[in-house]
Amino acid sequence: MDVILHSPALYSPMAIITLAALASFASRALGTALSGRILADSPVIEWITAVTYALMAGLVARMILLPIGALDETPDGIRLSAAATCLAVFFLSRKNIGLGVMAGSLTLMALVALSLE
Amino acid sequence: MLIMGASFVGFGSMIKNMDWSLGNALYSTFSTWALPGQIAMAEMAAEGAPLMAIVLAVFFINARLLPMVASLLPQVRREGMPAWGYYLGAMLIAATSWVGTMRRLPDLLPDQRFSFMVGYGLLLYTGSPLFTAAGYLLAGHVPEPITLGLVYLNPLYFLVLFLVDLRSRTKVMALAFGALLGPTTYLFAPDWSLVATGLIGGTAAWMLGRRARTGGAP
Repeated sequence: MDVILHSPALYSPMAIITLAALASFASRALGTALSGRILADSPVIEWITAVTYALMAGLVARMILLPIGALDETPDGIRLSAAATCLAVFFLSRKNIGLGVMAGSLTLMALVALSLE
Repeated sequence: MLIMGASFVGFGSMIKNMDWSLGNALYSTFSTWALPGQIAMAEMAAEGAPLMAIVLAVFFINARLLPMVASLLPQVRREGMPAWGYYLGAMLIAATSWVGTMRRLPDLLPDQRFSFMVGYGLLLYTGSPLFTAAGYLLAGHVPEPITLGLVYLNPLYFLVLFLVDLRSRTKVMALAFGALLGPTTYLFAPDWSLVATGLIGGTAAWMLGRRARTGGAP
């Protein structure tokens, strides 16, 4: 099965994107079909929310600690400092997402630029 | 809305960074239009994770759309609207458009609501590819440090996004378990690490949360 799924035809960007899109639309379609019939605080919805949160936290931790691509070559310290700056500005600005993200991204740009000199 | 734009810029840079085409980046934004899933897909595909793992991870991440759609649609029902109209409209429901529409509903007459949802959703939906393309094209043409800063936008965005509302103990535990399990499971099962993180971390947090509320009983 894995051999088939890893064949170049199926493991192409277009195929991956299409399947990801269908996996996303499934929830929208199911939500439409069930609209009005499920309660926001039902146990199933709570479980879905918890799984989403855990998955996203895992993804973010991985992207910061074990990045792929070009970020892979930046020192851990730079990525961690940028994340710390982002968090600090976010909390100091009474949870302003835009300011936090901007500060973190600029920190990364500045530290990488300095390290290249 | 600006923040959403910035994160599509980040997505475009990320796709450029993994050597996929601009067409791929735009196709993903048009067809999926739910950024967390798009980022998980790109991250996992870049690592060569199995197709099945990618589909499951995207499904679980974007499953949060299910309760959002189910709670919004009953409030925008309109006389004479065919069922397929709602399925089409659901495509325009994602985090930003959901919050924006929910907030405005009380000010609108019942038969204006569906139009508002579609109009606002379309504005965001058609803007997203522009930001995606901008990120893709910028990443190839600006100096390396700036490209890296753009690629890093999304990890930073989702780092703080989920910290905005921490009133629920279950959510806090899910975040903590996920942050711990994500990198650790990656070290010995990279392909299935994210799916396992979501299912194990999320289920554990959910069970502990329910137990705390019911006073010990599972």
